[in-house]
Amino acid sequence: MTERNGSILLCAEYDVHGGDFNRAGEVSTDIKARLKKIGFDPGLVRRVAIASFEAEMNVIMHARRADVRLEVTPELIYVEFKDEGQGIPDIDLAMQEGYSTSTPEMRRLGYGAGIGLPTIKRNASQLEIDSKVAEGTVVKIYFTP
Amino acid sequence: MNADVATLVEKLGLKTLNGLYNKEITGAFISDMVSDVMNGATPGNVWVTVQTHKNIIAAANLVDVSIIIVTRGKTVPKETLDIADRVEMTICSTPLETYGLAVKLNRAGIEPS
Repeated sequence: MTERNGSILLCAEYDVHGGDFNRAGEVSTDIKARLKKIGFDPGLVRRVAIASFEAEMNVIMHARRADVRLEVTPELIYVEFKDEGQGIPDIDLAMQEGYSTSTPEMRRLGYGAGIGLPTIKRNASQLEIDSKVAEGTVVKIYFTP
Repeated sequence: MNADVATLVEKLGLKTLNGLYNKEITGAFISDMVSDVMNGATPGNVWVTVQTHKNIIAAANLVDVSIIIVTRGKTVPKETLDIADRVEMTICSTPLETYGLAVKLNRAGIEPS
């Protein structure tokens, strides 16, 4: 689903910084507000918001930084998180519910249940993950309105 | 039961910690794991938790929770309350522990999520 046709309704870019729990959720909150303003179905907006939040938290918990890109057409909402970080050695394992590499401090804050990636998958129309160990991970999330 | 935030606050004797933003209540969800809430809470839910850090507001707002109730009388930092006001999210506290509040929610006619 890499072909993205149709007139661009919205294009936005964000930075997310690893370890910055103070700003956790800002990007996904902005994405939600923008999509709501365009007038997409509230259920769809909620799905995008939830998936974006989980991807944002993965960067904050596990990567140094990430570029986030949002592209919206009437036919497709595309959110990409391209991070610089440790990468994911085994994506199939990371997709299993309950598998977590989070620290006790993250868990104390209520994160790291090991359901982040499965939650993204459940809410997305399509999810693609490409990762290189010690380099980073690209998470591409597609939503079809 | 059809409920809203204002009715629930009064009925359960909750202490409002910031502004009261009246919204419809559809049910309740209890968890201290943020990802759990992202997965399981449905729009209009009461979120019962002991978490008080400011990130809970973003999470609650993203999944359209109607009110956050903090149990065991835990103190909520001012910055959490300020952010909650910006997104019009009511935060209340109760001295009850979580199960005690769950029983009261049930008696008030609030169903599971």
